[in-house]
Amino acid sequence: MLDDFMTRATLAGVGVAFAAAPLGCFVVWRRMAYFGDATAHAAILGVALSLALQMSIFPGALVVALTMALTVTLLAGRGYAMDTLLGVMAHSALAFGLVAVSFLSGVRIDLMAYLFGDILAVSRSDLLVIWGGAALVVALIVWRWSQLLTATLNEELAYASGFDPKREQLILTLSLAVTVAVAIKVVGVLLIAAMLIIPAAAARSLAKSPETMALIAAVIGAVSAIAGLRAAYVFDTPAGPSIVCVAAILFACFSLVGWQTRHQT
Amino acid sequence: MTLITVENLSVRYGANTVLRHVDMAIEPGEIVTIVGPNGSGKTSLLRAIIGATKPSVGKVSLKPGLKIGYVPQKLHIDPTLPISVERFMGLTHRVSRKSCAQALETAGVPDLLQRQMSQLSGGQFQRVLLARALINRPEVLLLDEATQGLDQPGSAAFYRQIEDVRRETGCAILMISHELHVVMSASDRVICLNGHVCCEGSPAVVASAPEYRALFGTGTGGALALYRHDHDHDHDHCDHSQEAAE
Repeated sequence: MLDDFMTRATLAGVGVAFAAAPLGCFVVWRRMAYFGDATAHAAILGVALSLALQMSIFPGALVVALTMALTVTLLAGRGYAMDTLLGVMAHSALAFGLVAVSFLSGVRIDLMAYLFGDILAVSRSDLLVIWGGAALVVALIVWRWSQLLTATLNEELAYASGFDPKREQLILTLSLAVTVAVAIKVVGVLLIAAMLIIPAAAARSLAKSPETMALIAAVIGAVSAIAGLRAAYVFDTPAGPSIVCVAAILFACFSLVGWQTRHQT
Repeated sequence: MTLITVENLSVRYGANTVLRHVDMAIEPGEIVTIVGPNGSGKTSLLRAIIGATKPSVGKVSLKPGLKIGYVPQKLHIDPTLPISVERFMGLTHRVSRKSCAQALETAGVPDLLQRQMSQLSGGQFQRVLLARALINRPEVLLLDEATQGLDQPGSAAFYRQIEDVRRETGCAILMISHELHVVMSASDRVICLNGHVCCEGSPAVVASAPEYRALFGTGTGGALALYRHDHDHDHDHCDHSQEAAE
């Protein structure tokens, strides 16, 4: 069954969608959208380092994404505003990454594959990494769910309930880095933030509780992956962007429906 | 047994010392109000008690296993986060629907269980925050300017609710306020804070203390009377607050 490249691509897309959905909800609730973007941009430096060291992309991207996320978390609130700091870090890392790639003489690499993903080239071992990473992220979020939710609502409430909201922030940051690293192959560094935010945003108008929002986001993400890949096959369009297009169309539809029901009542 | 003991507490942010050598204690069942002008370290003191701010000197000790109910100053729920009152009540502990309804009743807002938090009025929202803090049957309730954004009858009604809570559950209450005139009569003890403890005692003693007058002027003496007046006409305000809630 896994011999078919379309099957592997679909499984990869659905795996990323499952990890991105609950994480994306927190990204939306905490207004961390730019954080996801920045981590992803930085990951291209990881890609360059991996190519230079001739190792697989995943560990390199993971290490750089983690370093970036931790550095920003540590530096936040020490002089610069968060978005300034993210802008400096993300785009410097991206620029250094692109420059570093140009030094890699003798290696012909298709940078497009990392900017926009190359989901149709997903191998069995890639699948293992993607599902492993997704399972880790989902497990972390399910385990810490109520603490993460409390820390998202109010920092002092978290302290008064006996846990440290900074640790919960760290868990989100780590999950984000893992998700970015596993999603590079699927949608590429430029569109990872879309997989985080669009399904979660689309789920908002249908959900009545935080839990249902995460579940609906997972379904929307998975449907986008399946339908996007199908569309890419039929219309011969790039796979990663097609997935994001389907998610965007679903977002527009659900938002319209939500807007209409709000105005009827 | 003393619930909260603060000994020689100093809190510093960088070079800026916001609290110096503060000593205080909370005994079971008492209502203590901390008053002080802006920047006097009221919120830092509360943050140090819940462990959100590390003391630079001194220490805060809680009775082992102390159950704290915390009502934050403001709680911003992002519009993208759908959450019902019932789900919010069970945020940190799993709770039964019955104890949820009971806590809402105690806080004076029954029948809100199925509503979305985003649909509540300011007064309802504060009472739901109070109900959430009460649901775990705390031994001490901490309120950080919990009536911000409420109008005067609204906050007077809210503080009367706090007195009722103490009477019904016997839990101690530590609150911070700058609305001195509304708060003081309800308190057993008032601590006047301005980086350090200026004066301390019963509301009447503090209101006439020279240190307090130096900080707040004599005008608040009249405002204190205003609250007493309110208190005499308890029933009017109860009716108003119920109308507002409906």
